[in-house]
Amino acid sequence: MTTEPMSAETSLPPHVTERLVPALGGRMQARVLVAGQGDPVLFLHGAGGLAWDPFLEALSAGHTVYAPEHPGAGDSDALEHLPGIWELVLFYDEVLDGLGLDEVAVVGHSFGGMVAAELAANSPRRVSRLVLLSAIGLWRDDTPIPDIAGTSPARLPELLLADPSGPLAETLTPPADDPQALFEAALRMASILHFVWPLPDKGLRERIHRVSAPTLLVWGERDALVPPVYADEFAGLLRQSEKVLIPGAGHLPQLEQPEPVRRAVLEFLGRP
Amino acid sequence: MKSIFFHLMPYRDLPADFETRYESIWVTPPNTELCDPQRVAQYYQWNLDELELADRLGFDGVGVNEHHQNGYGFMASPNLMAAALARRTPNNSAIMVLGNTLALYSPATRVAEEFAMLDVLSNGRLAAGFPVGTSMDVNFCYGVTPTQTRPRFREAEELIIKAWTQPGPFTFNGKFNQLRYVNPWPQPLQKPHPPVWLAGGGSVETWDLAARRDYTYSYLSFFGAKFAKKLMDGFWHRMAELGVDRNPFRAGFAQLICVSETDESAEKEYLEHCSYFFNKCLHIPAHFMTAPGYRTRKSAEFAIRTNQPGDLAAAAALEKNWKTLNEEGFIIAGSPATVADKLIEVAKTLRVGNLHALLQIGSMGHELTKKNLTLFAEEVIPRIRHIWDAEGWEHKWWPQGATERSASGTSIGTERSASGTSIGTDRSKAAPAASQA
Repeated sequence: MTTEPMSAETSLPPHVTERLVPALGGRMQARVLVAGQGDPVLFLHGAGGLAWDPFLEALSAGHTVYAPEHPGAGDSDALEHLPGIWELVLFYDEVLDGLGLDEVAVVGHSFGGMVAAELAANSPRRVSRLVLLSAIGLWRDDTPIPDIAGTSPARLPELLLADPSGPLAETLTPPADDPQALFEAALRMASILHFVWPLPDKGLRERIHRVSAPTLLVWGERDALVPPVYADEFAGLLRQSEKVLIPGAGHLPQLEQPEPVRRAVLEFLGRP
Repeated sequence: MKSIFFHLMPYRDLPADFETRYESIWVTPPNTELCDPQRVAQYYQWNLDELELADRLGFDGVGVNEHHQNGYGFMASPNLMAAALARRTPNNSAIMVLGNTLALYSPATRVAEEFAMLDVLSNGRLAAGFPVGTSMDVNFCYGVTPTQTRPRFREAEELIIKAWTQPGPFTFNGKFNQLRYVNPWPQPLQKPHPPVWLAGGGSVETWDLAARRDYTYSYLSFFGAKFAKKLMDGFWHRMAELGVDRNPFRAGFAQLICVSETDESAEKEYLEHCSYFFNKCLHIPAHFMTAPGYRTRKSAEFAIRTNQPGDLAAAAALEKNWKTLNEEGFIIAGSPATVADKLIEVAKTLRVGNLHALLQIGSMGHELTKKNLTLFAEEVIPRIRHIWDAEGWEHKWWPQGATERSASGTSIGTERSASGTSIGTDRSKAAPAASQA
């Protein structure tokens, strides 16, 4: 086990193991949660951090799930080795080498979706299938993505959830009277903003034509952060894609409406 | 102690319901709705008149700073103001630009060039402020990635000092500044370079830089000495750890000050302007104060350990009435004797040799500002100027070409140039001046 600060889980279920995979010639390590049996699936998380949640649990029923923690959340020095999105993509490419995965299906949520698309553009022969859940990475002037850092935490539920008063709302931010927890959450966010500040548009549009993997676009119908028009934007640029809109879901469809998301993703990944 | 009249240049006529109608004074206050260029034309004239008056009255320095998209300080380029002041301050005050936000300039040689121009234009009177900058300016207004704030600052500082001190042309291969030819014309007049004044809000990395490079450090907050105490104790503790002496001129602090004939008349004259300042000018939501990644782990942990978030929240929650503002030390107000006594106590408590006196506050009008400046210069400065004399420290960070008003006698009429030897010959003749307006 690592002594690095843990960002997400306090205790892992017994069937989930943790692997430390060297990258960048040993200068960094990726922490990867692994569980399940079957064809490999790489899951890349968003700004909320890595947690073994019911969606990953569902994926692991028929697949071997590899869920790396995005670098830099615990130790900001890690980001000095990763000045931009290009180095981050190469980092994940090396992690796949380290895991011995030549070809893999990739599922990414939000920022993780952006990285997944970049990875599939960089290594099209490596990514067999691609699932983008509420992904960032493109920009439309007529639908600007709100500034999540320049927004009061009190407004996050309405940006991220179809039901801002639902039980997920209080999981979005640490308690206001816990400065240490707030700071750890800020560092997790910082490690993602590092790659997408000030706007999440870092050139994917120029590279996305290289993606050869069939792609599933899953969007919450009521995503106020990255509205569904972005699913259409991705669809217009990808060679082969299909879109599933999830009613009653915002920016975290896999948590807010787990059942339809699980069904759509498993069906897509299970195709021959 | 050195007294610098520090002008924020605020919008003096914000609507009465500003703080309930708008999210923030900074970053997002809508410009066409709130900022009338006609009024700003008048403000700029007043602001410069006030700074020029401070020079004539015998302040040691006049100070300007940089903010962006900010209703309490619309001085996007303090260098423009400093250039105007360099030509219109015959009493040879220090020109304190506190400062240029280094991380914003790419390449950072722009700052080396403009500061060198100012130094030459003012005949060696420039104090070169190097602030890391606020999250509002750096991350939100100028789009610098929060995690790059400090790396960009560090690299810019290195490049600027090299540009000022190494013979050009030379090559600089940085992460953010990659230049084949660094060769600014001119290099500064002051040698080895203009004194560097760091300005900060309590980041421990900045203290280490002050120690390592022998720079002076000013703690800039609007919450007075009580609030600054923990921070400045931390600063001096760190200096001791690093083997740095306790020269009080290594440190400065900012203070809102209101001087009147009596303590009672001070409240009548100044309360509304102080309320305006605290309620409107400091109306900044927490999410703009610190973008994730702006603070390093080290600084954040120091802030948490010393309960800065709690103290800030408590300070923000206080009702800003006259009694509270005075008792908490957010403002120092009253008769000249009251103000001088409190300033001496505060300076000794914090161990600071540089006072950035905020004497134009919020909506304060031109006439009242002139009164505040005049009373401060005539009645307060003589009482606080010599408080560190007995310890015998040298002020190594005072611009070489600026008039040294505190070195001799008690009267501001007996000034001399501190720098007759190091700066051009005409400077030493130009120094003394009638200091009465």
